[in-house]
Amino acid sequence: MTVITIDKACCKGCNICLTACPKKIFVKSKKRNNYGTAMPEAKDPENCIQCRMCERLCPDGAIDVEGDKQ
Amino acid sequence: MEKTKDTSEQVVLQGNEACTKGALYAGCRFFAGYPITPSTEIIEMMSGEMQKAGGAFIQMEDEIGSACAIIGARWGGSKAMTATSGPGYTLMQEAIGFAAVTETPIVIVNVQRGGPSTGQPTLSSQQDIYQARYGSHGDYGIIVLAPSSVQEMYDFTVRAFELAEQFRTPVILLADEVVGHMREKITIHKGVQSFQKPKQKYSVSPSVDFFKGNHTTVEGQLHDELGRRIGHLADRSGEFIEQITRKIDDHVDMIADISTYCMEDADVAIVAYGSVARPSLNAVKKARGIKDDRILPKFRMVTDLFRRGVTETIKTDYSHLKVGLVKINTVWPFPEKLLRQATEHVQMVIVPEMNVGKYCREVERVLSDKKVIPMPKCGGNIHTPKELLDEILEEVGVDE
Amino acid sequence: MNKLYQKYIKTESLPTLFCPGCGNGIVQYAAIEAFDKLGIADDVACVSGIGCSSWIPCYFELDVIHTMHGRAIAFAEGLKLAQPKKKIMVFTGDGDCLAIGGNHLLHAAARNIDLTVVMVNNYIYGMTGGQKSPTTPMGSKTKTSPFGCYDEPLNGCKLVMALGASHVARWTTAHPVQLAKAIEDGLEHKGFSFIEVLSQCPVQAGKNVYGEKDPAKIMEGYKECTYRYREGEPPVEGKIPIGTFRKDETATEYLERVEARLASEGIRK
Repeated sequence: MTVITIDKACCKGCNICLTACPKKIFVKSKKRNNYGTAMPEAKDPENCIQCRMCERLCPDGAIDVEGDKQ
Repeated sequence: MEKTKDTSEQVVLQGNEACTKGALYAGCRFFAGYPITPSTEIIEMMSGEMQKAGGAFIQMEDEIGSACAIIGARWGGSKAMTATSGPGYTLMQEAIGFAAVTETPIVIVNVQRGGPSTGQPTLSSQQDIYQARYGSHGDYGIIVLAPSSVQEMYDFTVRAFELAEQFRTPVILLADEVVGHMREKITIHKGVQSFQKPKQKYSVSPSVDFFKGNHTTVEGQLHDELGRRIGHLADRSGEFIEQITRKIDDHVDMIADISTYCMEDADVAIVAYGSVARPSLNAVKKARGIKDDRILPKFRMVTDLFRRGVTETIKTDYSHLKVGLVKINTVWPFPEKLLRQATEHVQMVIVPEMNVGKYCREVERVLSDKKVIPMPKCGGNIHTPKELLDEILEEVGVDE
Repeated sequence: MNKLYQKYIKTESLPTLFCPGCGNGIVQYAAIEAFDKLGIADDVACVSGIGCSSWIPCYFELDVIHTMHGRAIAFAEGLKLAQPKKKIMVFTGDGDCLAIGGNHLLHAAARNIDLTVVMVNNYIYGMTGGQKSPTTPMGSKTKTSPFGCYDEPLNGCKLVMALGASHVARWTTAHPVQLAKAIEDGLEHKGFSFIEVLSQCPVQAGKNVYGEKDPAKIMEGYKECTYRYREGEPPVEGKIPIGTFRKDETATEYLERVEARLASEGIRK
């Protein structure tokens, strides 16, 4: 079970996560972050392999991956 | 049991050496520097003494690095100092501004030489008097001490460290080539002075040293008490500037220090600071017929010959001149109140300086009701007592 | 918000002042990942100069000095000498480190003093609005090189290696795991560690310098234009080497050298 959260207050909408994710879990959405730009959303988090590349590559620490896979 | 052992001893030292000894006594345990005439003896002596005292010494790549390293070391918890002259002091200005804005207590010794630029590496001057106060860009408060003897090189260095820690500000020891290189018998103390942290906090910036678990943020931009930047907020930035200048200006009484000589009945006062206070004192003594007991006549003749190539003989009678001396020890902040008090009954003030007449303007501003006569002297030679007395004589003569 | 951020970042200061897609945040994360892995956050102090990348440590829940332009290494040397047992980390940029702070870098590297310097190289002066920096590639059009840059770019890694830095590595923001490992190595290494991070400034450099303004695509580009350096293997023409260029554990560190010298002279035990 994986829970992926994207912090609205931290995200600036750079979309790096879209390409960073090997499983292409992040997709563009119509939601706006506090910064005022379109923020991504995590689609199908059950596909997540918890490589945590998105956590590492998000320049604003907005993404948190909660899960038990090693 | 209380220790009653006398820890003082008398030694003959050069001014620059006395400064080093003073720093060690004050608990300075970090020195970063770069050799420059005429302050080099300080870095030379520090390189050995600091290591022996268990502190750290580093010869940096330039004066910019030296001034930065001592700020870094101070946040690491070591009392720190650097020493330089003219061009090096100019390079240190940005770090002085940084120390002022971050309220880092450091001591910088400027053994002044003639400028501008490379100027006169081996001759004395007092041309940096305004640079010491206003050198770095922006508004800030600063404390500047001007020693006029080897003993004062020692005492003022100790005092500089006290003031720096108390007010959390950079303190400049504004010496010059004359006091830096002369040798005198002085009293120094063994060991390390015990220093009690002041009860009142004068600073507004974070002040806990590093690695104490406080997570101190030292910020060169204008900041709040937690070190967070406020440079983009006009109101708060204004308050901050006011606070870092007023912490000095509002406590001038605690900082300011002057010495007076024969001022009780004086009609004319010589207001001097640094090495120029020496011939000024001599002039007062000559006019008053006081025998100079500090220097043996024979020794004086030799030094005079060595220094100027001629022995000055005073034939004119100055005995009718009631001259006194006001020696300013803390040149910045300007000791307005003390100077006014000391010169209350004086009609005329003469301000000899080894520059084009800079500090005189400050004296004029404060003593606007008196006749203030600038007596600038450029070129590297210090005023002679005769020059001072002749100037007074001329002015008094014109008056009558 | 990310867990590590909550642990090591002053969350009340967020969001950071970096532009969207800036590489500095990735370096920030790599650094806190290294602190977390080593568990030494209490023994680390950070020093930085001026520039975008010098804002990186200002968000850390650590002792931090945000100093003057180019002077971070000089401050760090003073701090290190006053606290020899602690780890001092310097965050700096290409302009801060190689241009205005070049002299301090040269001498710190030559001393092999125990500092960990992370130089974030985005090939541009970002904070002032996109002027050429000492690393801007030839021909790149910037605000101060309107006809294309004609200064030979500096290679920071080669420079410090020539001077005797004992740990030198280069990674990019597209290699966050390796970067975190390099920072970890740097903190553990006794001696001068220089870690160059090729980073992106999509806003100020963008198309003119990288030929691309989308941060993700610039990072993809970094993967393509670099090759993994391995000792003894021939260099790949036209590509930038990345990896650990030197890790010399035998080189004597500055403070050790000082202590040994003082001991030999009988000044200290």
